[in-house]
Amino acid sequence: MTPYIFNVQHFSTHDGPGVRTTVFFKGCPIRCAWCHNPESQSFRPETLTNEDGSTEHIGAQYRVDELIHDLAKDEIIYDQSGGGVTLSGGEVLAQDRKYVFELLEGLHEREISIGIDTCGVAPQRIVEESAAYADFYLYDLKFIDDSLHRKYTRGSNRLVLRNLETLARLNARIMLRLIILPGLNSDESVIESTMLWLKTHHIAIEQVDILPYHTYGMNKYAKLGRKAVPFPVPSDELIERIKRQIEDFYQNVTIGG
Amino acid sequence: MSDLQFISTIPSSTSQRPEQLHEETQERRQTLKKRGSTPRTQRLRNISESTHPSISLERALIETDVYRKYEGKLPTPVLRGLFFKTLMERRTLYLGDDELIVGEKGTSPQSAPTFPELCCHTIQDFNNMNDREHVSFKVTQEDKRIQQDTIIPFWKQRATMTKMYSALPQSWHLLFEGGMFTEFMTQRGPGHTVADGKIYGKGYVDCITDIDAQIARIDYNHDMNSAAKKAELQGMKLTCEGMIILGKRYAQKARDMASCTEDAQRQQELLDIARICERVPAHAPTTFREAIQMYWFTHIGVTNEMNNWDSYSPGKLDQHLQPFYERGLRETKLTREQARELLECLWIKFNSQPAPPKVGITLKESATYTDFCNINTGALKADGSCGVSDVSYLILDVMDEMKLLQPSSNVQISRKTPEHFLHRACEISRKGWGQPAFYNSDALIQELLGMGKTLEDARESGIASGCVEVGTAGKEAYVLTGYLNIPKVLELVLNRGFDHYSNEQIGLDVGNPREFSSFDELYEAFERELRYVTDIKVAGNNLIEQLFMDTLPVPLLSVITDDCIASAKDYNCGGARYNTSYIQCVGIATITDSLAVLRKHVFVDHSFSMNELIDACNDDFCGSEKILDLVKNHTPKYGNDDEFADSILHNVDDSLQAIIAGRPTPKGARTIVEFLPTTCHVYFGQTMTASPNGRRAHIPLPDGISPEKGADLHGPTAVIRSAAKINQLRTGGALLNQKFTPSVVAGKKGILAMSALIRAYFTLDGHHIQFNVVDRATLIDAQKHPLDYTDLIVRVAGYSDYFNNLDKALQDEIIARTEQAL
Repeated sequence: MTPYIFNVQHFSTHDGPGVRTTVFFKGCPIRCAWCHNPESQSFRPETLTNEDGSTEHIGAQYRVDELIHDLAKDEIIYDQSGGGVTLSGGEVLAQDRKYVFELLEGLHEREISIGIDTCGVAPQRIVEESAAYADFYLYDLKFIDDSLHRKYTRGSNRLVLRNLETLARLNARIMLRLIILPGLNSDESVIESTMLWLKTHHIAIEQVDILPYHTYGMNKYAKLGRKAVPFPVPSDELIERIKRQIEDFYQNVTIGG
Repeated sequence: MSDLQFISTIPSSTSQRPEQLHEETQERRQTLKKRGSTPRTQRLRNISESTHPSISLERALIETDVYRKYEGKLPTPVLRGLFFKTLMERRTLYLGDDELIVGEKGTSPQSAPTFPELCCHTIQDFNNMNDREHVSFKVTQEDKRIQQDTIIPFWKQRATMTKMYSALPQSWHLLFEGGMFTEFMTQRGPGHTVADGKIYGKGYVDCITDIDAQIARIDYNHDMNSAAKKAELQGMKLTCEGMIILGKRYAQKARDMASCTEDAQRQQELLDIARICERVPAHAPTTFREAIQMYWFTHIGVTNEMNNWDSYSPGKLDQHLQPFYERGLRETKLTREQARELLECLWIKFNSQPAPPKVGITLKESATYTDFCNINTGALKADGSCGVSDVSYLILDVMDEMKLLQPSSNVQISRKTPEHFLHRACEISRKGWGQPAFYNSDALIQELLGMGKTLEDARESGIASGCVEVGTAGKEAYVLTGYLNIPKVLELVLNRGFDHYSNEQIGLDVGNPREFSSFDELYEAFERELRYVTDIKVAGNNLIEQLFMDTLPVPLLSVITDDCIASAKDYNCGGARYNTSYIQCVGIATITDSLAVLRKHVFVDHSFSMNELIDACNDDFCGSEKILDLVKNHTPKYGNDDEFADSILHNVDDSLQAIIAGRPTPKGARTIVEFLPTTCHVYFGQTMTASPNGRRAHIPLPDGISPEKGADLHGPTAVIRSAAKINQLRTGGALLNQKFTPSVVAGKKGILAMSALIRAYFTLDGHHIQFNVVDRATLIDAQKHPLDYTDLIVRVAGYSDYFNNLDKALQDEIIARTEQAL
């Protein structure tokens, strides 16, 4: 099935190096309770209903060549900035395999840098094969503790960790992205155990991006007729503390990516 | 999954806002007081900023006096030269405390002389000037009395504005009053030009030597223009004498003041001023400070001779000053800090000269105090190498520190520009007040070559002046003649030449559009109407140009413009090496999007009929919500790199070139198209009904080549790709405004993204791009609480202005410009 895409964001500056175009695929195998893009979860098209009653159709299908043509339009700015395309979602690696690889090959063929933004919940073989094309991964790690992972994302982190090991073994460039939810994964001991796991499994990481949870996506739940579950927003102090703690393990740590 | 959210709606956080704003305001006010790298420039800047503009009739009175005595007795260039010399002999000299660089256009900072030979203001004009909310000038009762008793009786019939209005045909007046085009020369003279490096190597004494040699060469037996040539050269010589007198008088004044002061330090400073003014402008400068004073005297001279729309500019100031700077450092006679303070003094001088007061349509097309001096930093050198030097960085520092409306500052970026320089310029630009603007040196040179200039001249003197137009500094008369309202051409077609704004038949009836059977038929009608309007505009231009050729030569500007001395011909008569006449087209996005609506919905999809669309436009889409939704939300638009919309753009671009470009003028210039609006897009919008693209009646047109507000939905990269489809290299320039929220360009990544966007656009042959970096909430708040935002500067078009100086329509327009956010 041709996947649905819910946004193609040009001039993205926070989805990897340089100026990038980010393709947001629709459909994700897990359900993070805090998800800021709830419209990214279902693999099917959806309709948002705005407060004034107007509606917005979410999700469109493009032929691979059509999509590549659109993405290649910004080649000149990728070249100028050292940017490229970032495939995001939803979860790109959980989409139709044939489509994803045609896209990867097409972009690779045109020498356009590819970043893959992933939650890690994807078949190991696909992850492994994608490494031949991707220049880097923005790799989410939400909970090192599987029971919490299951509770808040409705999915296990077993695949997440195994795929991370796989990519590390393949010497992939990994930017680890840690969403911070106060009280859930922000304690010093949690960060400590996450870092230790990474070290003991020899995961080489180029950069750690701390992503403080925020509530900007809340209103979209109502538009989808769903109920939003707000979480506490981390304080700047908390984020700074975590940054310092991670810096004991990894050199490059950013807030916000 | 991305944790960097794609945010379609950002909730407004109102809770903390007022306090936060209060703090920001406090901070802003503090920085306002502190700007200037030394206490001296802080004080001078404060005078410049806190003095309200006023008018000065001194120049008008001296001019009247000279004309009363000599009009009709002397050849016109000699009369103009004599007037200038007399003005320099008699005018009030201002020399304020703390000043290191001296000279004012009027009698004191923020005092604007009037030019009755161009526009003889009525008492009503004076009252309006004094009372209007924006761009006001103080006018005293005494001013009004002088105007009434002396100026009006003498100048009313002599003013070029009076003469041209009576000479221009009814067809011109109809289109002019209807908002189809504007005319730059109604209240101002031709000019809009820029200095090259010659005044740094030559004093006015040397210029007199050249002029005398040229006079000696005149062959009165065989040269049938010998009398005219002699008169012109004599006029030039008189202006040089006037310049020399200005310097000597300032030297004397400084000495007199020095003898009266108790303060030893100031006494020494005044004696330094005296010494410098003894040298320049009579002789070539020998130091960094003399070089700045040389330029400034020349600036004062040129802008006193004529209100030459607009002003005068130093061009590649960094390159002109660099040898003096280096020598000063080498000989330890100058420090970087001193150089910086002197440049700050110069910046304050620029800022203290408001553009002479405008009225009527001229005020509407250019509602600002800005006189459009524009400094080009980092441009290429004459040999084609990169011209970025320490002085370039110094100028960026001064621009950043002073944060003044004038001079407009830009950077020229070429393939050879180091990233470091571009990044520094981006750092200042993203602070949000629109300076510096970015110009593409490589494109400027190609544009100049396309117009027939030599590679040497294009490299040496390729600059952007005033707003965005390209020119050859010191070698060219490139005159902006007026704006042309392109989408209104279509409005006239749809109304068979009838104009709803003036309630007159102003255009050509090119057939009943309701019976057009194809898009091609409509487009042909558009081209016919465009040709009609252009014919009338250009005929008017020619008539006005002739008027200036005959009655208002500018001998001083001619002295410093190649090759006027050699040809013994005035700047206004084709004496310059190159001559160009610009017509500035406005509303390129609106016309493209409107034609896209017609093609798609009327002629291809038949979504609605031509009847329905015309009626909807004339009723401002009231009761036509369905049509409005289709045209606004379901039509391809310019600014999205959309092939359907941009193919129409190509057609329009070609038509403008075919119909407007290349027309000859009396002094031997050629017409060139450019895309720049100043504030005219607001005025043009006011004169229009709703447009087929859904732009409501009387709403401003988009500025320059920027997309229609809210039409660009695919981010800034799609905007630059669309804009680059205009064949900009055959224009005189095109203005692109890009508005960002601060978050988009925050941090190191923001600088890199901004730089990459500029590089990408310039690689695609874009001419110019500028940025407004301010969030919507701030602008809306500023509109509500103007007193809290007295120093909020925004980019308008080819210039920046205080948000509070803009009228509400323009404020709304800036708020509505699409804000590129993630």
